[in-house]
Amino acid sequence: MRELVGRPYHELRPRLGKDFSVAELVEAYLQTLEALEPHVRAYLTVTAEEARQQARALDQRLAAGESLPPLAGMPVALKDNLCTRGVRTTCGSKILESFVPPYDATAVRRLQEAGAVVLGKTNLDEFAMGSSTENSGFFPTRNPWDLDCVPGGSSGGSAAAVAAGEALAALGSDTGGSIRQPASLCGVVGLKPTYGRVSRYGLVAFASSLDQIGPFALDVHDCALVLQAISGHDPQDSTSVDLPVPDFVAALEGGVRGVRVGLPTEFFGEGLQPEVRQAVLDAVRVLEGLGAQVEEVRLPTLEYALPTYYLIACAEASSNLARYDGVAYGYRSPRARDLYTLYSRTRAEGFGPEVKRRIMLGTFALSAGYYEGFYKKAQQVRTLVRRDFDRCFHEVDVLATPTSPVAGFRLGERTADPLQMYLADVYTIPVNLAGLPGISVPCGFAGGLPVGLQLVGRPFDEATLLRVAYAYQQATDWHRRRCPLQMG
Amino acid sequence: MEYETVIGLEIHVQLLTQSKMFCGCSTRFGAPPNTQTCPVCLGLPGSLPVINRRAVELGLRAALVLNCTVQPTSQFHRKNYYYPDLPKNYQISQYQYLEHPPLGTDGHLDVEVDGVRRRVGIRRVHLEEDTGKLVHPEDGTVSWVDYNRSGVPLMEIVTYPDLRSPQEARAFLLKLRQVLQYAEVSTGRMEEGTLRCDANVSLRRPGEPLGIRTEVKNMNSLRSVERALSYEVARQREVLERGGAVVQETRHWDERRGVTFASRSKEEAEDYRYFPEPDLVPVEVTSEWLEEIRRTLPELPDARRDRLMAQYDLSRYDAELLIQTRATADFFEAAVAAHPSPKAIANWILGDLSAYLNEHNLEIDQLRTTPSQLAELVRLVEDGTISGRTAKEVLVEMLQTGEGPRSIVDRRGLVQIADEKALRETVDAVIRDHPEPVKDVQAGKEKAIAFLVGQVMRRTQGRANPALVQRLLRERLGLPTGS
Repeated sequence: MRELVGRPYHELRPRLGKDFSVAELVEAYLQTLEALEPHVRAYLTVTAEEARQQARALDQRLAAGESLPPLAGMPVALKDNLCTRGVRTTCGSKILESFVPPYDATAVRRLQEAGAVVLGKTNLDEFAMGSSTENSGFFPTRNPWDLDCVPGGSSGGSAAAVAAGEALAALGSDTGGSIRQPASLCGVVGLKPTYGRVSRYGLVAFASSLDQIGPFALDVHDCALVLQAISGHDPQDSTSVDLPVPDFVAALEGGVRGVRVGLPTEFFGEGLQPEVRQAVLDAVRVLEGLGAQVEEVRLPTLEYALPTYYLIACAEASSNLARYDGVAYGYRSPRARDLYTLYSRTRAEGFGPEVKRRIMLGTFALSAGYYEGFYKKAQQVRTLVRRDFDRCFHEVDVLATPTSPVAGFRLGERTADPLQMYLADVYTIPVNLAGLPGISVPCGFAGGLPVGLQLVGRPFDEATLLRVAYAYQQATDWHRRRCPLQMG
Repeated sequence: MEYETVIGLEIHVQLLTQSKMFCGCSTRFGAPPNTQTCPVCLGLPGSLPVINRRAVELGLRAALVLNCTVQPTSQFHRKNYYYPDLPKNYQISQYQYLEHPPLGTDGHLDVEVDGVRRRVGIRRVHLEEDTGKLVHPEDGTVSWVDYNRSGVPLMEIVTYPDLRSPQEARAFLLKLRQVLQYAEVSTGRMEEGTLRCDANVSLRRPGEPLGIRTEVKNMNSLRSVERALSYEVARQREVLERGGAVVQETRHWDERRGVTFASRSKEEAEDYRYFPEPDLVPVEVTSEWLEEIRRTLPELPDARRDRLMAQYDLSRYDAELLIQTRATADFFEAAVAAHPSPKAIANWILGDLSAYLNEHNLEIDQLRTTPSQLAELVRLVEDGTISGRTAKEVLVEMLQTGEGPRSIVDRRGLVQIADEKALRETVDAVIRDHPEPVKDVQAGKEKAIAFLVGQVMRRTQGRANPALVQRLLRERLGLPTGS
């Protein structure tokens, strides 16, 4: 049944219950997981028994002649910052190593209601802060295409799991590129929905005004299926938007004839790896060949996006992470003597260096005397970035850019220099600042590592993004490549 | 040398909502620890707040009755500080930012003390969430946290430093409580903690800029507000008169010793690092919504006083007393609806009933006796079934047991004796047994007749109709019986 692994769900679905059972599909993935996990280390927690039980229950429903929900039997992985009732949710941090939430995140609940079978919780940079998954408080995850390279981050575990055939699809979270960048580095599809499209309830907050949950999948069609399941207003998240959710699968067809694709000049400048640049421009040429109109646009605020992002994200994080204090749950320092040392030692011992760096940065940016010059100024620049995009979307329907300036990097290569690490997200961060939807799809290779094409759309216009990405995949086969590790 | 007292108040009011500010948990008081909690009010990872629309509505009501400008868009902020009763280590609150205003700003409330009317400015009205409660067992080395109160909706009302005496501060709180009760915003009971008050106090020479202020905390009743502020004013005056300087600090009121004392915690300006709460969208108050709230505002105290005077022909004095609390006015009107005798019912409420409430430290809405029971009591007096004197006893029993007046009167056989034949025997016996007073009466000392009436009442355990007794005595003693 190993032949089932690595095929997109929309291809398997018609054969489900005929050629194979849900249990067989899930077992095939669990076997791959078991075989490859020692190399990849994508998972922090594997819930194999629960998955098998769920698979058997779905098979019984099949046998009883029930029609199954849209994602029935899809073996999925969840980034470990999504709350799962009864299953520990660590956020990749020692401070939450033993935290077991009493509730499911809305997106998780919706995914399970759609029939997906959860295989486990995936590794991430601690509290989603990082671009390589090396900041995990437990261990780094490796890129299945090259085990000496990072899978990207912060949703590196989810991206690597899908790339390695250890899950058919996965959920991640994207605050500054944490879905799209690892999707690019691992050669899978990753989508960050518009801010407000998917409920954040149960996503452990990093930066509330930027975080969004989204899918990883083998191709755009599967990506649309998962997005469909998790989208929509949630009364428990005031920032989720009460807008109708279109039929994303139906929206795939239609092609790109007449679609205006913008190439923002600033995204093709200094620091971009030449092979990546070539792969992305080749992809744009494919779209042009399919009838899209390609034109250059300008996004001059790009150079301010990175500092703006780090001020806002860190400010919010400094407040969001204040609750990890050893009082009611999570790690508590055994060396705490009084209230002050309960706080200081718990947090000193529980958090890793990158998290501490960002908490300090954010605390500083919000402090009296600095608020105006840093946090408030950053909010003003954020408005300018948003306007830049608005202006572009008067001229074009989608933007096409590289997802990451480089195809990948080796473990340890950037850990010594935080700024080098931050630059990994330079093309994805502006999209979060503007709250826009973005998708990364595989579009080639550079030095044996996958390259991703980023498409960015108008707010709540995921449908157009998916349509353009789908047309691209219909004309190319980069998304059909599987890593050598998976091929055995 | 004269000093002018300057007082500003910061008041926290618990809103009358069924559920908490940002989640669906109950706000009921007194449940076992940590039984009214959920991921949101426990601040668990991943949980998100959702604004309680009812709490905003009550906040808007308060803003309206305090004559505030209601902001069409207001924003919640995070107030960041570490404390174990604060599960997220930030409190969702509102803050006075120009671009992110609180719910209501720049209102006023008028108070009157000794005939002097003063307009007290309201700086702002804003909403926030309450914290949990720390419990420190006497013997232990541990502390417990009860999060039942965490997330309970609070409204903060901040006045300008417009109050000029502790008496005015007390009068302001009374008036504030009254309008908040009328608007059904809060029960406003300091004793139960649904209204809490801190005060900023300073002295200055008339005409000079504001002096250095102290913040007085831990005042748990209206009386303690007045006492604490009087103490603090006297203390500051003494400091100034000695040529010293008032230190800007927080001082706690010690109710038992009757003094304020500086808190030991070191005074450093805390930086709360306020910033707009990214988990919540701004509160949009449309003019339609505000109109709807304005239209459905309950009748306020001044309007009700005027209506009571007009509708029931009450004196201004009585009407003013009846509207002191909304519950009293409601009780009065419900009783009058059951028996249309407003003057008598007002007298009972303001007399015996109020005395009972004061004596037992109760509020009228905590009574088991209903308005219709009081109405029935008044009717029993008016139709001669019982005497006024008996009624007073019956009322006390009603208030103590909750039993109805008719049932008490019947069970205890208190029906007034209006039967002439039965009374005549008692009257004759009294005349026979008290020859001296009888002589006095017959000698023209008519006042002595009261003694004889009293004797008859005594022998009938107060059940005789006093007017009838009087007439029978006069007949027997050959005096004119009047009209």
